[in-house]
Amino acid sequence: MTEHVVIVGGGTGGTVLANDLADRLEPELDAGDVRVTLVNDDSDHVYKPVWLYVPFGQREPDDGRRPLDDLVDDAVDLRIDRVSDIDTESQRLQFHGSAPSVGYDYLVLATGSTLEPDRIPGLTEGGHNYYSESGATDLRDELLEFTEGDLVLSVIGTPHMCPAAPLEFVFMADDWLRERGLREDVDITYTYPIQRVHGNPHIAEWARPIMEERDIQVETFFNAESVDPEAETVTSMEGTELDYDLLVTIPPHGGVDLIEEAGLGDGGWVDVDKHTLEAEAAEDVYALGDTADTGVPNAGSVAHYQAGVVGQRLASEIRGRPATATYDGKTLCFIETGMDAASFVEFDYENPPSPALPSEKLHWSKLAYNESYWLTARGLL
Amino acid sequence: MTDIEPDDTVDARGAACPGPLMDLIGRIRGAESGDVIRLLSDNNQSLTDVPEWAEEAGNELLAVEERDDHNAFYVEKA
Repeated sequence: MTEHVVIVGGGTGGTVLANDLADRLEPELDAGDVRVTLVNDDSDHVYKPVWLYVPFGQREPDDGRRPLDDLVDDAVDLRIDRVSDIDTESQRLQFHGSAPSVGYDYLVLATGSTLEPDRIPGLTEGGHNYYSESGATDLRDELLEFTEGDLVLSVIGTPHMCPAAPLEFVFMADDWLRERGLREDVDITYTYPIQRVHGNPHIAEWARPIMEERDIQVETFFNAESVDPEAETVTSMEGTELDYDLLVTIPPHGGVDLIEEAGLGDGGWVDVDKHTLEAEAAEDVYALGDTADTGVPNAGSVAHYQAGVVGQRLASEIRGRPATATYDGKTLCFIETGMDAASFVEFDYENPPSPALPSEKLHWSKLAYNESYWLTARGLL
Repeated sequence: MTDIEPDDTVDARGAACPGPLMDLIGRIRGAESGDVIRLLSDNNQSLTDVPEWAEEAGNELLAVEERDDHNAFYVEKA
C-alpha cells in the first residue's frame, strides 16, 4: 500500500521538507511505496527576507520569487490549489472549487503567517509595511520622497515574521538617511508592545544602547489601537499618541482559518509538542515553521531546521522504526545594523542568544546567504 | 481563591515570554470596558510583566491567584 505524505504550504518549511523527503525516501518513492504531495496556493515560492531591502532600493521583489516547479524535486507531486478543509478524523483534505478531496497518511502543515492589518482601524489606509511585496514597493516609493519629518516604526503585536526585522529596518533607515544627508531632518521613533525593544531580553539589551547612540526614539508598552490617516497620528491602548509623517508598521499576524476550524489550535497556529512537532489534537499530523506554536521565532532558519526533524521522523515512521529526531529550538539570524554592517545570533530552547559584534563581514555573510537561499529551498544547503 | 467571575480566560500556560502578556493584550484589545480577563500563565516573568502593563494601560489588576503550577491574573479593562 502506498503511504501518502501531504505537505500544505510551499514556503521555506514546506519546500525544504518536500525536497528532504524526496532525497531521504528515494528508494520508497522509486518503488511506489510512498507518494509525497506538496500543495501551495501560488505557483511561486517566495523568499520574504528580500522585502527588507526593497524600500531602500537594494532589491526587487522578483529577486525573492522563483517557480516552485524549479525548486521542488520531480519525485514530489506539486499541486497548485487551495485547501478549504482539513478532516483529521477521516484524514482527508478538501479543496476550493470542484477538485476532489485527497486522503493522507501523514499531513504536514506549513501554512505560515498572514497579515491582518484590518484588525487596527485606519492601519490599512495610514500605514506602510515591508512584510508583503506590494507593501515593500509602496514603502520604497514613499521613502524615496521622504526628506523630513517623523518616521515611526511600530511593531503591532507579536508573534510576527522575523522578529529581528523591525530592528533592522530602523537601523538601516538611520544609516541610509545619514548617508543621504537627511538624518538631521528626520526623527525616527520605534515602538514595541512590551516594556523592552524586543521580545527576547538578550536581544533587547543589545539593541537598546545602539538605538540610544543613533538617536532613535523608543516608545515601549505601545500597542497601537488605531491610526488616523487624516491627522497622521497613531494611538496606543496605553493612551500614547504619536504624530507621524511616514508610518511603517509590522501589521498584526494570524495563521490560516482552516487550522482553527480543524480544531488544531487557536489563531491559525497548531498546538504541537515543541520537540517532536506533532500536533497535540490529531494523529499523524505535524506542523512546522510559523504554523507550529513552539514559542521560537517565526524565522526561515527555524522552518529549515524543523523540516529536517520532521523529514527524519516521517522517514522513520514510514519504515516502521521509532521516530527519534527532535527539534531543540535552534534558531539562526543575521541582524542588519546599518547599510553595511550586521550582527548574528544563534540560540535554542536552552541557550539564549548572544549577539555578535556588528561587522561588515557579517553584513556580506547575510547578503551571501540571501543569494544562496535557493540552495536551501532545494534541500542542498 | 478569589470569587471573581471572569468574562473570558486566556490560557497561556507553556508559552515563553512575552507570549502570555501578548495573549492578554490581544484579548483585552477585543474586550468591552469593564470586562474581566483571566490570564493563566506558568511563566514567572508574568508576575512583573502583567502588573507593569496593566498600570501603564490604565487597566486594573484585580487579583493574582497562586496555583500549584501556574498563576491566574484577573485584569479588568478600563
